[in-house]
Amino acid sequence: MQEGIVLSMHRICKAFPGVRALQNVDFTLRKGEIHALMGENGAGKSTLIKVLTGVYPKDSGQVYISGINREITVKSPQEAQNLGISTVYQEIMLCPNLTVAENMFIGRGNYRFVNWRSMEEKATEILTKLNIPVRATQQLVACSLAVQQMVAIARSVDMDCKVLILDEPTSSLDESEVAKLFSLMRELKSRGVGIIFITHFLEQAYEISDRITVLRNGELVGEFEVEKLPRIELVTKMMGKALDDISELQNRKASNINTDTAPVFEASGLSSAGGARTFDFKIHKGEVNGFTGLLGSGRSESVRAIFGADKITGGSVKVEGKNVRITKPKDAMKHGIGYLPEDRKQDGIVEDLSVRENILLALQVMKGFFRPFSKAEAEAFADEYIRLLGIKTASADTPIKSLSGGNQQKAILARWLLTNPKYLILDEPTRGIDVGTKVEIQKLVLKLAEEGVSVTFISSEIEEMLRTCSRLIVMRDRKIVGELTGDDMTQLKIMHTIAGEAAQNG
Amino acid sequence: MDNGLKKFSRSQLVVPLFSLFLLIVFNLIRDVGFFSVIVTTNNEGNTVLSGNLISILNGASELAIIAIGMTLVTASSGGQDISVGAAAAIAGSVFVRVLRENQITMPIILAAFLAGCVVAIIFGSFNGTLVAAFKIQPMIATLILFTAGRPIAYWINGGATPTVSSSLLNYIGSFIPGIPIPTPIIIVIIFGVLVSLVLRFTNLRLYTQAVGINERSARLTGINAAGIKLLSFMILGVCVAISGSIGVSRIGLINHETLLLDIEMDAILAVAIGGNSLGGGKFSLTGSVIGAYIIQALTITLYAMKVSSTAVKAYKAIVIIAIVIISSPIVKEYALRLRGRLLGKPKEVTENQ
Amino acid sequence: MKKLISVVLILAMASGLVACSALTSKSKLIKVGIVNNPPAESGYRAANVADFEKVFTEENGYDVSTYYSLKNDEQLNAAGQFITDGVDYLLISAAATDGWESVLSSAKEAGVKVFLFDRMLNADESLYEAAVVSDMAQEGITAVEWLKSQKLDSYKVVHIQGAMGSDAQIGRTAALEAEFAAGTMTKVAQQTATWDEAEAKKIVEAVINSGEEFNVIYAENDGMAKGAVAALDEAGITHGVGKEVIIMGFDCNKWALRELLAGNWNYDGQCSPFQASVIHEMIQKLEAGEKLAEKKVISKERGFDATTITQADIDTYGLGE
Repeated sequence: MQEGIVLSMHRICKAFPGVRALQNVDFTLRKGEIHALMGENGAGKSTLIKVLTGVYPKDSGQVYISGINREITVKSPQEAQNLGISTVYQEIMLCPNLTVAENMFIGRGNYRFVNWRSMEEKATEILTKLNIPVRATQQLVACSLAVQQMVAIARSVDMDCKVLILDEPTSSLDESEVAKLFSLMRELKSRGVGIIFITHFLEQAYEISDRITVLRNGELVGEFEVEKLPRIELVTKMMGKALDDISELQNRKASNINTDTAPVFEASGLSSAGGARTFDFKIHKGEVNGFTGLLGSGRSESVRAIFGADKITGGSVKVEGKNVRITKPKDAMKHGIGYLPEDRKQDGIVEDLSVRENILLALQVMKGFFRPFSKAEAEAFADEYIRLLGIKTASADTPIKSLSGGNQQKAILARWLLTNPKYLILDEPTRGIDVGTKVEIQKLVLKLAEEGVSVTFISSEIEEMLRTCSRLIVMRDRKIVGELTGDDMTQLKIMHTIAGEAAQNG
Repeated sequence: MDNGLKKFSRSQLVVPLFSLFLLIVFNLIRDVGFFSVIVTTNNEGNTVLSGNLISILNGASELAIIAIGMTLVTASSGGQDISVGAAAAIAGSVFVRVLRENQITMPIILAAFLAGCVVAIIFGSFNGTLVAAFKIQPMIATLILFTAGRPIAYWINGGATPTVSSSLLNYIGSFIPGIPIPTPIIIVIIFGVLVSLVLRFTNLRLYTQAVGINERSARLTGINAAGIKLLSFMILGVCVAISGSIGVSRIGLINHETLLLDIEMDAILAVAIGGNSLGGGKFSLTGSVIGAYIIQALTITLYAMKVSSTAVKAYKAIVIIAIVIISSPIVKEYALRLRGRLLGKPKEVTENQ
Repeated sequence: MKKLISVVLILAMASGLVACSALTSKSKLIKVGIVNNPPAESGYRAANVADFEKVFTEENGYDVSTYYSLKNDEQLNAAGQFITDGVDYLLISAAATDGWESVLSSAKEAGVKVFLFDRMLNADESLYEAAVVSDMAQEGITAVEWLKSQKLDSYKVVHIQGAMGSDAQIGRTAALEAEFAAGTMTKVAQQTATWDEAEAKKIVEAVINSGEEFNVIYAENDGMAKGAVAALDEAGITHGVGKEVIIMGFDCNKWALRELLAGNWNYDGQCSPFQASVIHEMIQKLEAGEKLAEKKVISKERGFDATTITQADIDTYGLGE
């Protein structure tokens, strides 16, 4: 193996029934490099990682790692870890009810006796060094997602890894946390750790990585140095086609908002036990608006209150000018409101049910307990929407949990489109899914608005909101602190509003 | 391999059906005539069928019915109701109480059964409310009735073993004149058909599975998750009342201490043997019913082999451990891999990216 | 939850004892504390409790407090409390045979006279005045003697046992086991149905299905005998006086004795729950300054034969209704 290379994967193949997940993929990781692994959902990123970490056996191909002069076969994640390959997954795989320190040390070494105090001291030392704002004795479940993510990384880092794999580590972090994570990654890089960074965020890939390897449909598109790869080219390579859709989107912002008639939905003084403080809100027919703010600013809590997902503690609600009571999701659904939740895994999909059942669930509930759809009807609906949204699945009978994240999200979207909503709430519909699907969803939102559906669109990516929304509601500390429309809708303005400087600049 | 067979080999019914098959083959090797059914005349003068096969089908009736309800509770709540035996004693006691206070006629029997049903549903709702509204673990919630149920049953009749005797009651517990098949078997068939109709014409299966798999998602699609859990406990209440009434009718006596003794454990086992996850979610009622018949066939086999009475439970435990281990995911995956190696086919894994 | 239950129990117990102590002002009455198993335990126990309630009354000169529990430790606590309350006599039917020594010693120190009824205890004889108990082994012997007196050509017995290890099962099994061992009777099947009627029916069904012949069903209580009979009825096998199969049961429930009277069953062995009057007599003797003749009084227990039983027997000896 060449000098300076920590990991080399050569002509890796892996097939699942009906799917050739990886075909002759090469991948090379150098010492002290941050290497972004990019591609649409289904491109083979996760499969490549799972082959590398021994979750799946490879069908053919070779893997070499520095320090071992022969081909290696990794049979289990444990073995991968012993070889110095550590992984931090997108979904945090720690034990929520143990402390931070316990999580950092659990399952390591062969000791039978644990010196709790020295373990805590050591954990504190690492946490301080990495500037992670958490006490070692705190229960993990009490920490924010971002901190949990950092603890997971700290755990891996401490295990003397040569190769650190970060599978979408930033998808649940806000910008300051991303910055912290990046400084952590740079620190590790300077120590010679090779980092494989899987992400959907183009900006982040450009900000931090040295090289980018692009996969598409299980094949290698190429390995590029970041400086020599313009963004538009990267997107083109990932999508496999020239992409001007994104710029096209920009100017299609719906202009047919009808403010003469009563708002489709109007809430005053709404509050919930789930954390929404008293707020007023309205949305007109055909309007796309957005809630923005930092993590924990109350944007998700507010839309949950609109949908009746949490216990409502006060306020009144009007739908198309008429007073209605919405105390549970079914009430909202009856009034034509749909809600795609933020946490797809916990609140969205029903894992073991088929794609078809997942798509049909909301419409079926609205139709009633005693009136199930016939098999033919169900198949027709599901097939229609699988085709319409281009959901990639082996069949409509496949359990939804075996779909990729983006396709799961599309299925949930299909669930709500099928109910033919007047008002659709999409909370982070594009989180953790590939660029292609993101654009598709954004286009879909605008198309729905054109057809007269009102949409609330929430995203952590401000550019995405700027592209789709005609009005932005800015939240801070669970309160609405501003509303931006038209020319006011710029990144800078939003930042200022979030930061509480709107008065000076507005 | 054709598609149907392949689909079947992945179905959760493989292990239970295979176990049942093994039990049958084992018995046939042991005694060719084991399953022979003979026609005889009973002491009431009716022509009836008898034999081990009939004994198995007949004897498993109560268990099969309760296993159906237990499956629904397991699927929706991810836990088990351990109070079914005690609740059956209560329902049976109500049944007996009503019968004893009236001249026994068919309408009175029906009324007594309905009274038992109502009481069992009330107790089921009690369990269901603890589980659905107060989020108490099912086993803990039902521990209350498990402890208190049989004393309550005693109190209903105020005596230990009150008896009821009527030829009409024999119609339910043993045979209806002119029909050679034991009535409990017919009741199971009717109940099974009713349940499958309910599953066919309502969304019970979809809702129950959705709630069992992901309660939060289910709630956000408008499903009343607590209501579905409560409903499953109420349905189990009906199952319990039917089984309790059959149990009483068989002997014409209720012993509140022994009526359907330990049936909760057998019912949970039937659910597990049927390939259902005890953690809730997807379920197969057919699997659980097959599980019930496996347990009964096993018991009858051991009796027929004259296994010493003290050892019967131990043997049962061994066979059940074997079945449960065979159907565990680890063994299944190993079997798949082995098959893959033997046939030179790639290992089948869930598709992922 | 467990804690809550025990708190409730303690409260219930405390209030019960307060109620008792409220009655203590009546000085002439003999103060008796009874520790028994709850009547819900069985038909036998229900009759036993009823018998004590009938005999130990104010009219008969007693001030009675009773505590029921199936748990030995709760019984021990209650007994201790009775001693503290200063009862004259303590009557005990223990849930378990061990652990009573210290309580009985403290009773003796406090001058409380102890009677055991229904069940023996592992304690020195000097610690109690007398024990009035059933002899389960004798019940078995009586039943087997009766069976032998039937002078059948052969005895092919289906033996349905109670819960293994219980006193009743051990006693009632022993005599029959001896006959099997001696070869005078044939063991067609011997299974436990743990007092469960339905299980007894399944056991007999299995025997019938196996095609083996039998002419006696020896069930260790009435319920299991009834279960066995249900199986015979379904298979068209006759039973009772002068029929194919002899049916034997125990406990003398009224409904079982009626089966005897109707000739459907052949034999029912008594297990007498009536110890109250015997103890009452002994207490009266002690109060009169007399000495008791024996430490261990075996309740008189009979076996009833279908050919000789009368309605009067049912009314006198039958349990329940």
